[in-house]
Amino acid sequence: MTIFLHELRQNRNTILIWTGAVAFLMMVCVFLFPEMKSEAESIGDMFSSMGGFTAAFGMDRLNFGEFLGFYGIECGNILGLGGACFAALAAISTLAGEEKEHTADFLLTHPVSRERVLTEKLCAVGASLLIFHAVVLVLTVVSILVVGEEPDWSRLLLLHLAYLLLSLEIGAVCFGISAFGRRNGYGIGLGLAAGFYFLNIIANLSEKAVFLKYITPFGYAESADILSEGSLHTGRLAFGMFCSAAGILAAYLWYAKKDIR
Amino acid sequence: MNIIETEKLTKYYGKSRGIIDLNLTVEEGDFFGFIGPNGAGKSTTIRTLLGLIRATSGSARLFEKDSADCRQEILSQIGFMPSEAMFYSGMRVKELLRFSAGLRKQNCDRQADELCERLQLDPGKKIEELSLGNRKKVGIICALQHKPRLYILDEPTSGLDPLMQREFFSLLRERNQEGATVFLSSHILSEIQRHCNRAAIIRMGRMIACDQVTALARTSAKRVTLHGEADLSGLSSIRDEKRTADGVTFLYGGEIGPLLQRLSQGHLTDLTVAEPDLEEVFLHYYGEEGGEKE
Repeated sequence: MTIFLHELRQNRNTILIWTGAVAFLMMVCVFLFPEMKSEAESIGDMFSSMGGFTAAFGMDRLNFGEFLGFYGIECGNILGLGGACFAALAAISTLAGEEKEHTADFLLTHPVSRERVLTEKLCAVGASLLIFHAVVLVLTVVSILVVGEEPDWSRLLLLHLAYLLLSLEIGAVCFGISAFGRRNGYGIGLGLAAGFYFLNIIANLSEKAVFLKYITPFGYAESADILSEGSLHTGRLAFGMFCSAAGILAAYLWYAKKDIR
Repeated sequence: MNIIETEKLTKYYGKSRGIIDLNLTVEEGDFFGFIGPNGAGKSTTIRTLLGLIRATSGSARLFEKDSADCRQEILSQIGFMPSEAMFYSGMRVKELLRFSAGLRKQNCDRQADELCERLQLDPGKKIEELSLGNRKKVGIICALQHKPRLYILDEPTSGLDPLMQREFFSLLRERNQEGATVFLSSHILSEIQRHCNRAAIIRMGRMIACDQVTALARTSAKRVTLHGEADLSGLSSIRDEKRTADGVTFLYGGEIGPLLQRLSQGHLTDLTVAEPDLEEVFLHYYGEEGGEKE
């Protein structure tokens, strides 16, 4: 528990800033909806007639005039990308950062097994992501109630669950990368998050590239699919969870024997 | 009982040398100095003992247990101070000391307070606001507050002012008298000579000497200083020869007879033959010939 609490304390500012920023943007979007609704038709027409751009963000399958359609596109992008970046940043430096800052010499010369260090750090990353998503969910639900919308709550929650899983997957993969690195690797983490995001856009644009949806976690956390089908794509999700497990397993296998220089 | 015992301990970083065939023995109650220049392998040895890095071959045993297999058990009895005292940013000294004690599942508040007072460190300060010397003190307290059986200190005094160095060594001596073993690396010889009872010298990854400090200083070599004129040409085993205003001073490691013969033939006004200090012995071991001889 000591390392877990220490990690959360060390990262409290990052958690606060990211949670606050993403929740704020989400709330702004929700509060903008009543305004948008009055002009929904013209905006909907505009968004659905932008060719590739429309398809890239799944706007061809969502109705911008309905709250969930609007929420899926606007908030989905903010929460998806924001959550992915936050997960990457939280996880990518958790192990490698200790070596870069030479604090690993301090931590690992205490009578704590490396496995325990990994477990507590992994739990801290997971807890940070849970806090992030829980706070964002609560604040957006409150905003939705304030603007008086009554969306299909189960689908909205499913959407949030998908983005939580997406964050957890990126967190797990970055955790794995972190075990191998000796620098904090923020560039790699953010690059990975952005790369996954763009892979999904490419998959949306071309029929031939649909397989990419299996690789990127944005493939199963696609608002258009989730809202229209009311479920997550099992195959893509399973592959995503497999990648998460592989990332975590790689971290345990490698870090237990790693030379800390 | 041997507190530290390594057998042919070897570490290569890829192709580059760390340490080679290191056989080191530190007994319980020793105040042991580990001397060598930068890059000789001191930190590599210490990091291997602590399990931060894995040996390429050979073995290390601490408290008669294998360092790789019983890492946690061993570390619970060690107080380690790294050469670069780096800590988490944003933490106060007190928080860090508690964190360290928490990782050991101990409450060391009383000891920590005492040590902070003796080393004149304000526990309420943020670590990043501390000077290098004061950060070093945090490292010292982390290594000492849980009263371990073995202290492993990597270049502990660099950055500490002379008064603090004295306080630090008196702390270590107290712990040593209470039965704890101290293992410290340094390249400051006077420090080792003054405080340690045993020492090992490491050079280019290999241990070239390991003995009582008094024995190390008492090598066959003598420091000869003469005033006047004497013909020394042809005498082997003369090292570190320096001309002075009216004579010459040198380290002599050969037989005493031929030297005396030459000296008696010269015109001397004064002569001293003395034991070299450890610094000179160190140079003797590090001098190309000295090193190769070993």
